[in-house]
Amino acid sequence: MQMNSAIVRVCMGPAGIAGGGKEVLAAFADVLAQRQEQAVLEEGCSAHQVGCLGLCARDVLVEVHRNGSKTVYQYIKPDMVPRIVDEHVVGNVPVREWLVDDVYETFYRKQKKIVLADCGRIDPEDIDAYCAVEGYEAAREAVTSLKPDEIIEEITMSGLRGRGGAGFPTGLKWELGRKSRGGVKYIVCNADEGDPGAFMDRAVIEGNPHSVIEGMIIAAYAVGASQGYVYIRAEYPLAVERLTHALVQARERGFLGSRIFNADFDFDIKVKLGAGAFVCGEETALIASIEGQRGMPRPKPPFPVSKGLWQRPTIINNVETLATVPAIIRRGCAWYASYGTEKSTGTKVFALTGKIRNPGLIEVPMGITLREIIEEIGGGIENDKPLKAVQTGGPSGGSIPAAMLDLSVDYESLAQAGSIMGSGGMIVLDSDDCMVNMAKYFVQFTQAESCGKCVPCRVGTKRLLEILERIVGGHGRTGDIERLETLGRGVKAMSLCGLGQTAPNPVLSSIRHFRDEFEIHIRDKKCPAKVCKALLTYSVNKERCKACGLCLKACPAEAVTGAKKTPHEIDPAKCVHCGACFEVCKFGAVDRE
Amino acid sequence: MTELLDQIIARYHETEGNIITLLQDTQESFGYIPKEAVHYFAEQLNLPPSRLYGIATFYAQFRLTPVGKNRVTACCGTACHVRGAERILSSIRRELGLRGSEDTTSDGEITLEQVNCVGACSIAPVVIINNKVLPKSSPDRIVKELRALKKDEHADE
Repeated sequence: MQMNSAIVRVCMGPAGIAGGGKEVLAAFADVLAQRQEQAVLEEGCSAHQVGCLGLCARDVLVEVHRNGSKTVYQYIKPDMVPRIVDEHVVGNVPVREWLVDDVYETFYRKQKKIVLADCGRIDPEDIDAYCAVEGYEAAREAVTSLKPDEIIEEITMSGLRGRGGAGFPTGLKWELGRKSRGGVKYIVCNADEGDPGAFMDRAVIEGNPHSVIEGMIIAAYAVGASQGYVYIRAEYPLAVERLTHALVQARERGFLGSRIFNADFDFDIKVKLGAGAFVCGEETALIASIEGQRGMPRPKPPFPVSKGLWQRPTIINNVETLATVPAIIRRGCAWYASYGTEKSTGTKVFALTGKIRNPGLIEVPMGITLREIIEEIGGGIENDKPLKAVQTGGPSGGSIPAAMLDLSVDYESLAQAGSIMGSGGMIVLDSDDCMVNMAKYFVQFTQAESCGKCVPCRVGTKRLLEILERIVGGHGRTGDIERLETLGRGVKAMSLCGLGQTAPNPVLSSIRHFRDEFEIHIRDKKCPAKVCKALLTYSVNKERCKACGLCLKACPAEAVTGAKKTPHEIDPAKCVHCGACFEVCKFGAVDRE
Repeated sequence: MTELLDQIIARYHETEGNIITLLQDTQESFGYIPKEAVHYFAEQLNLPPSRLYGIATFYAQFRLTPVGKNRVTACCGTACHVRGAERILSSIRRELGLRGSEDTTSDGEITLEQVNCVGACSIAPVVIINNKVLPKSSPDRIVKELRALKKDEHADE
């Protein structure tokens, strides 16, 4: 290796880009080129983009690989680039004060990267970079030397379960698909990541799109499909761009098209853009949407594996599930199953967000405890506030209270605790979050996203929302908690599809673990977390008030009175509880109760 | 307009598209789905207009009213919600003077969109102004950005 050869990797995940990753990368390219021109640096040094490195809290992250050792910098801005190049890349002395601290090590120590192994290592827009890390080798092996049944056996033995949330065994789904008769078969990759607060699939596609394509090739060969679709959110323009680009490259190399790997196997993939409907994450609604109709679910059976897209057998897998497949084929089912628990094998990617010190994208072995994720990987709660709950599974899931932090993260344990694994959103809530408000937030979401086809979901979610709105609005009635429970159970039992069947979960799990908060809202008309605006009363603290007049100007209801040099006052009769005075006050002189 | 619509129909036939792709192309060209387009397609493709409207109103992506020159997208995902997205949203509405269900300023300069999640949860709360992602936003900062935007507009005139 040349003395001065170095590779610079710039994180270009969603947070990296927002933090100025593109500018940082351009600066590195510029300065490296200049130094090579000036001959202070030998040829062969390069800078390139990589997918999400995970520790989004410290973006823009930059890795410098020099003579076999890796150095990571945090919070990098373009103007810091020349110094890194001159001192570190040329001079071989890292810039100490910009290095990541211990957090970096603790963030990664308990993680196990299988799906994300190459995300953050390779340039997602370069197929050669993927091939250099054994990319498409699993597909080659599968197509040229394995029988479809052997592949399905391998996946079944690995214990892989659907990562979209429901956890259906992938091997079994493929077996049903393989046995299904009916002419053309389809493989659909569900990339309609609709849960608010989740970005795992986005990160996988943006960081390593070829792994998803390779997983689809293997799946197609195993079940006998000739056409694939990726149904992806239009709200993820970068993911769509990188995926489309990757498909073109894969086609050029002959990994897609006819006679793939010179075998008797034809397969190609089309991209279909979703148009923004949460319900299209449901299999039958997704199918309707690909067909160009309103995305409304239909009763099952028949299941898509027997009658799906255009009435043909259709196997639908989630992005993360498909991206796991190449690794299992390469390294074997026993290796994969050695991670995780007996019933939930392998690893799971989570988007760790909310009131956590180190938010980011993580991949952990199943069976890890919530405590390890929150306290070690996540570095604990921001501002040292007490943890209140962890929300998993988004609008279909529930909240797990702080007291249950030693819970094992696997499909069964989460379900027992009243939540679900879900697709991988993990939102950390602290003492400033109101559980009633969170329940209302999620029901507001599902109510708006309900397709309206079946009555229990369409009307039921509306009624749930009305009850929750009156509780947070200060008009809760005795018996409302029981009404929510009865109605919630009914909506779950009678709705047509997964959306309605899970929509009451955030309400029911919040009541189960935080019943007292609901009671305080209803009985005392108070919000302990001081979130529900209608339940707060505002007053001016006369000692702290500097009579600056900001609150007076901000009040939309003319409830604030006062003159220059005299402390202001709020008339509770006129106050509309909007909180504008509290927000604008620079002296903390507006109290809320 | 007819010329553009014909091009969209041609592409729709070429790519074996469906009504969703047809409408996506239309919105890409016009920024929204004009009523004239719906009726033109209905006539050309021999479909009842209700089929097209049914799809246009089902999916959140489609809008039936013109979009402002500038777009402000406020993320209302869970991670943004717990970090104060609602406060940001109400200050944007206040600053732009939007009432009720209005989403575009009366001068047609700025459109406010609320979206479910932009998938940038680790830098919540997120607001996007004309494709520029503003991480870890606050009401103050967004109001400043909006005022700068309005100033630029006036400078252009």
